[in-house]
Amino acid sequence: MTRQMTGARMVVQALKDQGVDVVFGYPGGAVLPIYDEIFQQNDIRHILVRHEQGAVHMAEGYARSTGKVGVALVTSGPGATNAVTGLTDALMDSIPIVVLTGQVPTFMIGTDGFQEADTVGITRPCTKMNWLVKDTAKLSETIHQAFHVAKAGRPGPVLVDIPKDVQFANAEYTRPEKARTDHYAPRVKGDIDRITRLVELMETAERPILYTGGGVINSGRGASQLLRELADATDFPVTSTLMGLGAYPASGKNWLGMLGMHGLYEANLAMHGCDLMINIGARFDDRITGRVKDFSPRSKKAHIDIDPSSINKVIHVDIPILGDVGHVLEDLLKIWKARGRKVNREALSKWWAQIGEWKKVNCLAYAPSDKTIKPQYALQRLEALTRGRNRYITTEVGQHQMWAAQYLGFDEPNRWMTSGGLGTMGYGLPASIGVQVAHPDALVINVAGEASWLMNMQEMGTAMQFRAPVKQFILNNERLGMVRQWQELLHGERYSSSWSESLPDFVKLAEAFGCKGIQCTDPKDLDEAIQEMLAYDGPVIFDCRVEKHENCFPMIPSGKPHNEMLLSADAEAFKSGAVLV
Amino acid sequence: MSALNIKKGSTSHSAYDLRDSHSEVEESHTLAVIVENEPGVLARVIGLFSGRGYNIDSLTVAEVDHTGHRSRITIVTRGTPAVVDQIEAQLSRMVPVYEVHDLTAEGPCVQRELALIKVSGRGEPRIEALRLAEIFRASVVDSTLDSFVFEMTGTPAKIDAFAELMRPLGLKEIARTGVAAMSRGA
Ligand SMILES: Cc1ncc(C[n+]2csc(CCOP(=O)(O)OP(=O)(O)O)c2C)c(N)n1
Ligand SMILES: [Mg+2]
Repeated sequence: MTRQMTGARMVVQALKDQGVDVVFGYPGGAVLPIYDEIFQQNDIRHILVRHEQGAVHMAEGYARSTGKVGVALVTSGPGATNAVTGLTDALMDSIPIVVLTGQVPTFMIGTDGFQEADTVGITRPCTKMNWLVKDTAKLSETIHQAFHVAKAGRPGPVLVDIPKDVQFANAEYTRPEKARTDHYAPRVKGDIDRITRLVELMETAERPILYTGGGVINSGRGASQLLRELADATDFPVTSTLMGLGAYPASGKNWLGMLGMHGLYEANLAMHGCDLMINIGARFDDRITGRVKDFSPRSKKAHIDIDPSSINKVIHVDIPILGDVGHVLEDLLKIWKARGRKVNREALSKWWAQIGEWKKVNCLAYAPSDKTIKPQYALQRLEALTRGRNRYITTEVGQHQMWAAQYLGFDEPNRWMTSGGLGTMGYGLPASIGVQVAHPDALVINVAGEASWLMNMQEMGTAMQFRAPVKQFILNNERLGMVRQWQELLHGERYSSSWSESLPDFVKLAEAFGCKGIQCTDPKDLDEAIQEMLAYDGPVIFDCRVEKHENCFPMIPSGKPHNEMLLSADAEAFKSGAVLV
Repeated sequence: MSALNIKKGSTSHSAYDLRDSHSEVEESHTLAVIVENEPGVLARVIGLFSGRGYNIDSLTVAEVDHTGHRSRITIVTRGTPAVVDQIEAQLSRMVPVYEVHDLTAEGPCVQRELALIKVSGRGEPRIEALRLAEIFRASVVDSTLDSFVFEMTGTPAKIDAFAELMRPLGLKEIARTGVAAMSRGA
């Protein structure tokens, strides 16, 4: 039962066989045969974006909120180069996406043909793997392999570059089951001896901490469940990176809040003072470690990670465990239970008492105002009015992003989509559309800064066209706030190009796009305005005018150790009472 | 060809044996990397080294298993133990990489390089060059009345030494293949 078909049809067939229901894309000469096939079927929905960067971020949002692979389709040359930022973003944050690019016909490659770019060359360093397919007979198998590679091991972006003549030519279609994928099979089970050694340390640890990251979420729902079970059973405190929020619930009793550069005082000091650090699917990023040589100086460290190159890359660990978080946690719990569920209860209660002291610092305190909307207040109100709803949050990059991480609580994984590793301004709006397409009935909010939001605002057209009722909650401080903050604190208050001039009128802009615009300037009106946004059945651009000079605290300036954290003046007042370990 | 049957890199390699990874001393390591022989793989490997700031002192590549489409890349690199471990881990996680062997860490290995060395001159220097070539077991693969092309294989150090001796005797040109290496024993 061989099936002959054109390369273009193969692309669509392979996507269907991979369970793809939506593709984010933008047409052009080099992908017209594929678009022609998309036109002639109804199983796969095509979301026409406004810029290819948007397509890739939408695919990312789709992937992160569903745990499935996101797909983007773009043309050759400029289509492919526009996709580069999204690919790099997905690589840094380990997001499984497949990007299909058109290419000039094989016989023109190398001639500087119209819209020719060396796409595999350009994207090699920003993909987990990429392929230029020069033979239609290999096309379907390559696409199946691409999906496998995107998902397997540490997930990431892959790209398949398809010349136009390859799309036109006929060949036999290879079904997914027949595709050779076994050559890439990263190990998922952890080494039992090492897991046992970790259990031994857990049994006696006096000041343990679970330091969790995006790997827990990438490992799947089961991994988050196991993490919860582990934390509850051992009573170990849990902190998480920006990427891992939601794996352990923010309402959970062992939750310390996010750690890192703008992490919570208690989380960072617990990391600094612990005697056993269990890194679960995080990667000792520099926003987490601060000055490496002073990072958690007195702890034994274990690191569970599926990527061998993450282990011992930045921080030397005592117990490296190569494997998938879910598999390793399962074995860890099994062994710990079999050995009698021991922990050092007495020391743990002292540790919690110490953490309690740190919590009293109330590091997220800020000076309230009844005249201007404080960005923190705006997020607290957003949280109060939306928590408990079927809610997904995306963000742009800047102060608002850090405040969102601090003031919004996530009780489930896959509910929080933010550009962590690359810090891509312009991520949040398209990502929110990708999320909404995957979850049409959910409440999807992009917490944005005005500057970031402008970077991909054309995607409002996409939201309108495809009826994605995304809420754009813009904390408008008329500043590149995070840049301004660094200039204030570290560059002698010389505010070089860090304010937003000539901003559009966001309400009129919303009208121009045909959606709803809301502006709010007074804290007294805020609740009502947020309710209005939530009640509107369609996309909303919410221009929330906030205090322009607010700084985001706590803050560990880069290159400083955790215990040299800057607190806001308000939080500082409490600090004298705290004991440092 | 038994090396080709060892299970794939990231699944079996040990990126973190317990030798001293804190040492700040740079060491030279020779890595053997078995990869899928497909376009772009060499670029990906080289890109890793340039992108992450690792050294390449020598790199050779050729297909060694024609039916399995596998190539063997031999890389001589330099770095502290932690950096060399990281290089091994970065290589082993690459999708088209099947195996990574740190030949220097795995035990004694043989290293060979081939060089072609052109020396020109007449009279006494020419005779001296020929005499030295004999001592170094370099063979003459081309000769004219006023030039020789010597071919020699050996360790990079031996080739360096020979080239150094040829310099005052009329060394014109040198072409080297880079190192191929293999562990000793079965
Ligand atoms: C594409 C891109 N360019 C530049 C930066 C550097 N950068 C980080 S935050 C920031 C300011 C963001 O301003 P805004 O979106 O208004 O957020 P705010 O910090 O004011 O909340 C800039 C320019 C970046 N992260 N991404
Ligand atoms: Mg701003």
